[in-house]
Amino acid sequence: MPVPPIAKGLTRQPGAAAGDDAAESNQPSANRRDAGDSAHGRRTIIPELARHGFTTLAICLLITATLTWAGHNVWHVNLVYSLAIGTISWLTIDVGCLWWTRGSEMRWPPGWRGPALVAGGIVLGFSAGSAIGYGYQTQFAMVAPPSAVQVFWIPMLLTITATIVTSAGFYLLGKASHLQAQMAEARREAAEARLTLLRAQLDPHMLFNTLANLQTLIATDAGRAQTMLEHLTQYLRATLDGSRGPEHTLRDEFTLLRDYLELMSIRMGPRLRYDLELPAALADAALPPLLLQPLVENAIRHGLEPRIEGGRVWIMARALTHDGNARLEIIVGDDGMGLPVQPRGVAPESSGFGTAQIRERLASRYGTEARFALTTRLEGGTIARIELPCHSL
Amino acid sequence: MIAPGNDPALQAETTRLPSMAAPSAVIAEDEPLLAEGLRQALAKAWPELRIAAMAGDGVSAVREALAHRPDVLFFDIRMPGQDGLDAAAELADAWPQSQPFPVLVFVTAYDQYAVAAFEAQAVDYLLKPVQADRLARTVERLRRELDRRRNLDAPERLEQTLRQLRRLMSDSSPPPQTFTPLRMLTASQGVATHIIPLEEVVYLEAADKYVRVLTAEREYLIRTPLKELLPRLDPEAFWQVHRAVIVRADAIAQAQRDEQGRLWLRLRERPERLGVSRLYAHRFRPM
Repeated sequence: MPVPPIAKGLTRQPGAAAGDDAAESNQPSANRRDAGDSAHGRRTIIPELARHGFTTLAICLLITATLTWAGHNVWHVNLVYSLAIGTISWLTIDVGCLWWTRGSEMRWPPGWRGPALVAGGIVLGFSAGSAIGYGYQTQFAMVAPPSAVQVFWIPMLLTITATIVTSAGFYLLGKASHLQAQMAEARREAAEARLTLLRAQLDPHMLFNTLANLQTLIATDAGRAQTMLEHLTQYLRATLDGSRGPEHTLRDEFTLLRDYLELMSIRMGPRLRYDLELPAALADAALPPLLLQPLVENAIRHGLEPRIEGGRVWIMARALTHDGNARLEIIVGDDGMGLPVQPRGVAPESSGFGTAQIRERLASRYGTEARFALTTRLEGGTIARIELPCHSL
Repeated sequence: MIAPGNDPALQAETTRLPSMAAPSAVIAEDEPLLAEGLRQALAKAWPELRIAAMAGDGVSAVREALAHRPDVLFFDIRMPGQDGLDAAAELADAWPQSQPFPVLVFVTAYDQYAVAAFEAQAVDYLLKPVQADRLARTVERLRRELDRRRNLDAPERLEQTLRQLRRLMSDSSPPPQTFTPLRMLTASQGVATHIIPLEEVVYLEAADKYVRVLTAEREYLIRTPLKELLPRLDPEAFWQVHRAVIVRADAIAQAQRDEQGRLWLRLRERPERLGVSRLYAHRFRPM
């Protein structure tokens, strides 16, 4: 199914600036998304490195000031020590991170690599940095030769503390921004799914055919035209309302299905027969809105429409108890063509937009609590069965 | 098969000169109200047009068109049995060569790819709900087309229609998903699954719910429809020669034309002769 233009617009990275359009439009459309992503990745590396560098610099200055204020050595020796150690540790850790996370969107390498990098940064920063500091102090500073405490213990302690604290800070900040990006991505996907769902429900083929039927009926049978228009209006209103909330009642869903089936039976004439069975006790049971509509549409479009003689669709709801839990079972069946056979190696989601969408919606709402199965009937036709936790609205 | 003397269509052919009499049409539309609506709209826009028959599915559309030999066909795209394009292709295949092929008008509610293909091939189409001014323009064009057709030689016209249909059939479906090419077929027989390398396949033939896979020695049944196999086969190595038949090109020994001008393929490794549909006959023109 082609991505509708409006949804395509939404697949843009939320953070990508408008100025990227020119660069992106040179890419073949299939690569657009990837091109946008990698450009996005490259753009954030330099600012992030600079931000970390500035933070490191600030911490080095802070350490210099504190040491000098505490009467430890002269300020410029402290400055050289802390800058040398700080810069080397920072570069070791950040460049190491970049190396290990290249090609991935994570900013921190997984597993043992992170702590190993920090340890490496400490060792390298301390040894090379304090060598530079020691050299500066003995060659240029013209102060008394440093004591062991000055050369070794204080820089060592400071290096370890500062590196661990700074790395932890960077790690947490990076993680927060990654989570934020993931959340934005999830929001974008949800919006896209809503649009796709709406577009599928308002199938243009169905709408225009219905209008064409109305056109004929207005001239020949104004009374039936009136009825058809009422069903169409209710169906459109319910579809538009239904794509808003997370759940509605089975009663609402069945009303919508009845309107849809009435429209379809005016169109298909005697080729379509249908039954709707909703026990009164289940009328207030909750389910995601418009969950069943794609199944009924599939049953008609792929099951009955291709058959010259047409056929029957039935939709039934039933209460079940499973290990003491109230469950809701819904069946959408037809006696039409049955499921097409999938060639090996073709992904199951290509078997139809409707079913992939239903699986996704059930999984995101009920996790492993919901079941969905689509099977071929032995007598011919298809049975779709949904089972989900039963609760009332 | 009806004996030639009793065939009503043949009798009609001898008594009626198609272009001199009032033009006639066959409407194929599965929704009864829409078929009736189009008939009424045509009665207003083109009063002298005679509706010879109305068909509710793609199979009877071909049957009615062959029986009545109309001047114009209005074919809905989505129809039970077979869709409008397939029906037109089947009709073109079965159409008598000496008769001018009807002018085709496709009717659709919404079919973005098909409409783009009609535009590209300059094939007439109507959108549902049918609008009066659009229908009037179409009728105007159809009248001119029927006039022009009088001067056109029938086989040439059929050839032109076949060319259009070929293009339509390849352009009117949504762009195919990227399929992984097949290297072998797997067919189960009882408890065993047979692996059939594609080089051994001589031809594939659709048969009801199955596809027959024929190698030099054996026959297997698989359940994957031809339509889904075709995009996963190398188009240079495997040729569709009929709606229901795909042949490995290497396995073809020769193509022969019979008295009716129909092409038949003789195979190297199998005794059967395979009929080539007119739609695919262009493949066998000498180089």
